Amino acid sequence: MEFTETQINRYSRHILLPEVGGKGQKKIIQAKVLIVGAGGLGSPAALYLAAAGIGTIGLIDSDVVDLSNLQRQVIHQTPDVGRPKVVSGKEKIQALNPDVNVVMYEERLTAGNALKIMGGYDVVIDGVDNFPTKFLINDACYFAGKPLVHGGILRFDGRVTTIIPKQSACYRCVFKKPPPEGLVASCQEAGVIGVLAGIIGTIQATEALKLILGIGRPLTDRLLDFDARRTQFREIRIKRNPDCPLCGERPTITELMEDGDVAGPTCALPGQRNL
Amino acid sequence: MQVMINGKAEEIAGGTVLDLLKAKSIEPQMVAVEVNDTMLERTHLETTQLKDGDHVEFLFYMGGGR
Ligand SMILES: [Zn+2]
Repeated sequence: MEFTETQINRYSRHILLPEVGGKGQKKIIQAKVLIVGAGGLGSPAALYLAAAGIGTIGLIDSDVVDLSNLQRQVIHQTPDVGRPKVVSGKEKIQALNPDVNVVMYEERLTAGNALKIMGGYDVVIDGVDNFPTKFLINDACYFAGKPLVHGGILRFDGRVTTIIPKQSACYRCVFKKPPPEGLVASCQEAGVIGVLAGIIGTIQATEALKLILGIGRPLTDRLLDFDARRTQFREIRIKRNPDCPLCGERPTITELMEDGDVAGPTCALPGQRNL
Repeated sequence: MQVMINGKAEEIAGGTVLDLLKAKSIEPQMVAVEVNDTMLERTHLETTQLKDGDHVEFLFYMGGGR
């Protein structure tokens, strides 16, 4: 492919970077990124990836925009309330960068559709709000062999990590299964400071771009935790767990299935974060 | 004795990882525990004795995103 005049102009600040250059920008333009959840994390990730010129962005979300989403889901705006998130997201992406091909999946990710959808993408971004789906995404990326950029936000805390299946620690290497349902607070009950979505979602976009460009050191085998109250990042080293039920030596999960009820949003932990 | 808990030095009485969880009122089902960079199986929480200088990480689920 050759750049058009407009593309050279639009991506000039990328092309100027020796680590990106024309060659890297072409990789970005040819890349396909799947964003699961067009919400808090998915919004900033989608906008920055669109701005960067990602060729194809897939958006999966079965919800419509609610007024209470707008405190953090910056891809959606007040007139979008009541509209499908994937439709609203596609419009904003294409207004920002008409070169991006947006594929809409107005559905939930399930064990039935996950592998088929993921098959066409280079990188997957987790922007969902419930544990069963987070585990499903982890497992599906493992079976599909797709790099995954995982993210989570709650109250004043955020977490991000990159998972390269069969090479680096997966989500189940740390958390074997979703937490017991009675013990987790729902997102609505827990609350979240809106800007956290921007902080964690843009780190996820950065990781996706690095993977596409093949530059730097991915956030693999590390959990990056962010505490907004202290404005502190903390990196926790993790490694592949031989007892991991998915990628360990004697896996018990040998095919994709749903681990728990994906219907209800569940956030996490009853307040033991402040050690 | 002194152990590092999530990056911070703390004086503790000793005992097992499960004792430490109890002392901090942490529900074992809600946390993944790493001692000196190795994940502990849940069944090993009560058999793993903490030693002076151990690095303990309590990793809590963080689920939101929407
Ligand atoms: Zn694993």
